[in-house]
Amino acid sequence: MIRFENVSKIYQVGDETVKALDDVSLSIEKGEFVSIIGPSGSGKSTLMNIIGCLDVADMGQYFLDGAPIENYSEKELAHIRNKKIGFIFQSFNLIGTMDAAENVELPMIYQRVPAKERKRRVEEALKMVGLYERRHHKPNQLSGGQQQRVAIARAMAGEPSILLADEPTGNLDSNTGKQIMALFRELHEQGHTIVLITHDPEVAAQADRSIAIHDGKIRKEVAA
Amino acid sequence: MIIQSMKMAIKAIASNKLRSFLTMLGIIIGVVSLVVLVSLVNGATGSINDSIDSLGSNSLTVNITSGQDKPLKLSELDSLIENEIFDEIAPTSKTSVTASTSYAEENVSVTGTTTAYMNIEKLEVASGRFIMNPDVDNHSDVVVISEDLAVDVCGRSNVVGETMKLDGKNYLIIGVLESSNSLTSNSDNSDYQAYIPYTSLIRLSDGISLDISSFEVSVNGDDLDKAETILENVLLNRFDNDEDAYSIFNRSQIAEAMSSVNNTLSLLLGGIAGISLLVGGIGIMNIMLVSATERTREIGIRKAIGATRGSVLMQFLIEALMLSLFGCGIGIGISELVIVIVNIVGNVSYTMSISIVGISVGFSVFVGLVFGLYPANKAATMKPIEALRFN
Repeated sequence: MIRFENVSKIYQVGDETVKALDDVSLSIEKGEFVSIIGPSGSGKSTLMNIIGCLDVADMGQYFLDGAPIENYSEKELAHIRNKKIGFIFQSFNLIGTMDAAENVELPMIYQRVPAKERKRRVEEALKMVGLYERRHHKPNQLSGGQQQRVAIARAMAGEPSILLADEPTGNLDSNTGKQIMALFRELHEQGHTIVLITHDPEVAAQADRSIAIHDGKIRKEVAA
Repeated sequence: MIIQSMKMAIKAIASNKLRSFLTMLGIIIGVVSLVVLVSLVNGATGSINDSIDSLGSNSLTVNITSGQDKPLKLSELDSLIENEIFDEIAPTSKTSVTASTSYAEENVSVTGTTTAYMNIEKLEVASGRFIMNPDVDNHSDVVVISEDLAVDVCGRSNVVGETMKLDGKNYLIIGVLESSNSLTSNSDNSDYQAYIPYTSLIRLSDGISLDISSFEVSVNGDDLDKAETILENVLLNRFDNDEDAYSIFNRSQIAEAMSSVNNTLSLLLGGIAGISLLVGGIGIMNIMLVSATERTREIGIRKAIGATRGSVLMQFLIEALMLSLFGCGIGIGISELVIVIVNIVGNVSYTMSISIVGISVGFSVFVGLVFGLYPANKAATMKPIEALRFN
């Protein structure tokens, strides 16, 4: 499903070139729950950006569902993000002027899902995260854990191939963090592919498989 | 997609009502000044044009300025209009007299003329009759007066058969004209009009002789310029090629000059109002730029979850467009109100010019698009990673 072949990403910082990713090869299969762990500056965010099609590799190839990403235009990348990737961010990234239901609906609007179907899927996704009764609350009326659950519902509503979570528990207290991780495990059991990026070994350990990254290189893969 | 973008735009506009209103204010003021000024100028133009039309725009007025050695006689007037383009001809001579009855007296402008004058000037007789040929032939002391003169000097309008003194001389009132809203009726005193046979006026006033000093010719059809050329030839022939002996006055030329003045005025005022619309547009651009920066993170989120450059562009463009169109709508509403108030206060009946409403809507769309494009493009081309990092 996800296959990296010798992917490198180079940033130019002043006169210095920094290899954020250095010859990375990995593959993640459908239905897997994989964590990518590394300290800050290790290149894990770059890895996530490339997996999430927010950025493209400078060298090597990235295949998503068997298709190479490098050749796509910006517009095509937007469509791929829309259809195949469900993003979950550390800082939730809900749109503040929209209520929970509208936030969940948004990716489906870009997918041009008909209104009736959108309504049904919003209801389904919010019920799954247990926030349907709060669907008309704005993000600032929700707690951090609730906001993250809305964000997960939003990611799910678009029916993506992969859920891509970037430090999803980073801004939450440990108790709420546990609830969110429980939700991820539940989603995994339902058969969703989840890629979770974290610096926290405890969080990483909850995945089936953990890929450690350091200085842009994959150090080791640990099966849980 | 467009409907969704419109919903989003309405939400964004409604989420900051004061700011949206202030942004629209520029457009509102621009539209109000454009619509009101141009409507007022058009209204004024309309009433002036009506006045000019009521003067009889298909007639030519000729003044005989010299040519005393070969004076024009009343009897030869008909020979001047043998060409079939001409309809009727009437000599005119004006003087000012005092009209009096036992009831009141007023200064009156008296025109000495013949029967044809009524048709040339499109006068309507309310009661009685106009001057007839026998009146002219017999030098009759008969007078046709305007309605307000009848009311103000005789005390009522139905005065046919009574007498009136013009400079002390008795005249029989044979007709009363219908009041018209001619240009002259707008200036108070010259309003009082009296018409007597040309031959009778010669007796009334020392300064007027049988030599015709001016006359009016009505023209069949609309081609006044052609008629003027023909008349010019006739007169050149009559006055032995002396171009200075006469001058021809073409009323359609005043109408043209007037409408060109009004067009210039409309254009000038419209231009000034257009500038304020443009300034309003810059206000929109300013706010949309601020909005794009404020919502950088939102744009990043939207792009991450699948918004294309096109859909972000559309969202911002529609927001700018809606701001300017809402402003335009409010402006048109206020304009209507202003025109209604002007009509009540000024006792006039101006109407909103539909064409200028169309122009202002078109201009608002243009302003919204042009000034929305830059901020929208700025928002649309943001890189999602950088936009997401923005706090």
